[in-house]
Amino acid sequence: MAKMLEVQNLQKSFGDLPVLRDISFEVGQGEVIAVIGPSGSGKSTLLRCLTQLEHADGGSIAVCGDEMLTEKGYKDAKVLRTIRLKTGLVFQNFNLFPHMTVLRNITEAPVCVLKQDKAAAEQKAMELLRKMGLEAKAKSYPCELSGGQQQRVSIARALALSPEILFFDEPTSALDPELTGEILKVIKELAAEGMTMVIVTHEMSFARDVADRVIFMEGGVIVEQGEPSQLFGESASDRVKQFLARFSE
Amino acid sequence: MTGEETLHLFLLMLQYLLPTLKLFGFTLLYAIPLGMVVALLKMCRIKPVSWLTRLYILIMRGTPLLLQIIVVYYSVPTLRSNAHCPEFLRNLLNHVELKGDAGDVYMFRMILLAFVLNYAAYFAEIFRGGIEAIPKGQYEAAGMLGFSRIQTFFRIILPQVVKRVIPASSNEIITLVKDTSLAYAMGYMEIMYIAKKQMTTYSSLTPLFMAGVFYFVMATLLTLLFSFVEKKLSYYK
Ligand SMILES: Nc1ncnc2c1ncn2[C@@H]1O[C@H](COP(=O)(O)OP(=O)(O)OP(=O)(O)O)[C@@H](O)[C@H]1O
Ligand SMILES: [Mg+2]
Repeated sequence: MAKMLEVQNLQKSFGDLPVLRDISFEVGQGEVIAVIGPSGSGKSTLLRCLTQLEHADGGSIAVCGDEMLTEKGYKDAKVLRTIRLKTGLVFQNFNLFPHMTVLRNITEAPVCVLKQDKAAAEQKAMELLRKMGLEAKAKSYPCELSGGQQQRVSIARALALSPEILFFDEPTSALDPELTGEILKVIKELAAEGMTMVIVTHEMSFARDVADRVIFMEGGVIVEQGEPSQLFGESASDRVKQFLARFSE
Repeated sequence: MTGEETLHLFLLMLQYLLPTLKLFGFTLLYAIPLGMVVALLKMCRIKPVSWLTRLYILIMRGTPLLLQIIVVYYSVPTLRSNAHCPEFLRNLLNHVELKGDAGDVYMFRMILLAFVLNYAAYFAEIFRGGIEAIPKGQYEAAGMLGFSRIQTFFRIILPQVVKRVIPASSNEIITLVKDTSLAYAMGYMEIMYIAKKQMTTYSSLTPLFMAGVFYFVMATLLTLLFSFVEKKLSYYK
């Protein structure tokens, strides 16, 4: 199984506050990883380091075998950009471009960044929208959509650049409970198609059902990682059990 | 005043509308882009640049435009007759012609310069507010999609800034129409100038009243224009 992501001894502090301490893990091709843990444990910061929205203080991060850092620090901007285009990120609050139609939200980057032909990009965008069940919304503006629909558009926007690995930071947290299902369904479909994904989530049943592996973080370290049956089962450490107990109440 | 006189006056004043519009139009043409540059400079990470820009804005907004016009206008003649003026600067300034037709050109340019410097400061503050109101997530989303910094600014940020700054900018622009009358103080021949002159000729307030109507109509047209533009841009939130 090809390694899509290798993280070693990753460290990150904000000022005096160490947020990530010695994080190491790997993600294989087609794997779905769920990252869980209490608030403030550094889950978002981890994703932001992996997608270059934050710069790590030390350690190594390789996407599809391409290292972002050397001993002397980050590689130059051009290399980092190529690596970044292999990663996609779905934000908690979507961050769609409000002044563009749904279709243009999806085609803008393929056309302007990857210099794809506009007609071809639009065709691909329509395919993605069909997959998301949003064909009819191509000409709408984000403010005309429900939260769940906006999140599906943002997933389509990330997929339009054909990333090798897709990160999700609590993709359903900003949604009404009845809308989370539609997003989880889309993620399940992507998993079935073999998309490599790392998902920070508070949806424990979803993590158990969909993830190949679950990572439990606390205080900037990975306390435990393993198959869902292990973390959600009897053999989990007391700390994990204690955390999960809060969700089953 | 008779009806015929009033009509004559109206046609006369119409000719002086052009210089007013010229000052108004050129001020906008230069002050808006300059205001955008000043806004970006003020947000610049290099501290001295940001401080100098802040000082410039403070001075421009903290002193009367009329004072600024007079200072800019008299800067050339005063500087070149100043004993401490460096030689190269004096040589440069000596080339500036202040009399005759060339003097008219000089006057317009100096008044325009003062207006542009003043209005750019006001626009800069509006634009900076607009830029800072764009959520950080927009930059992050653009970055994740591979847009360069320039692409992000022009394709993602600027269009949203334009929408946000239209209400405040339209206030400024409407104020500018009325502020052009300050050029009268330098003897620039615009509507206010002719109105004052005709007031003396006819010993009547009608010319002043008519000037008021000109400004009122221009301000109202601009108000209508901007509410139309705002409506046009209301297709997204
Ligand atoms: N830009 C920042 N500057 C300073 N401190 C930060 C910054 N971003 C995050 N932190 C701090 O880092 C710690 C980890 O934050 P992070 O957002 O990664 O946690 P999280 O696990 O995603 O939490 P949640 O489940 O609430 O989203 C927190 O204590 C937070 O206050
Ligand atoms: Mg978080």
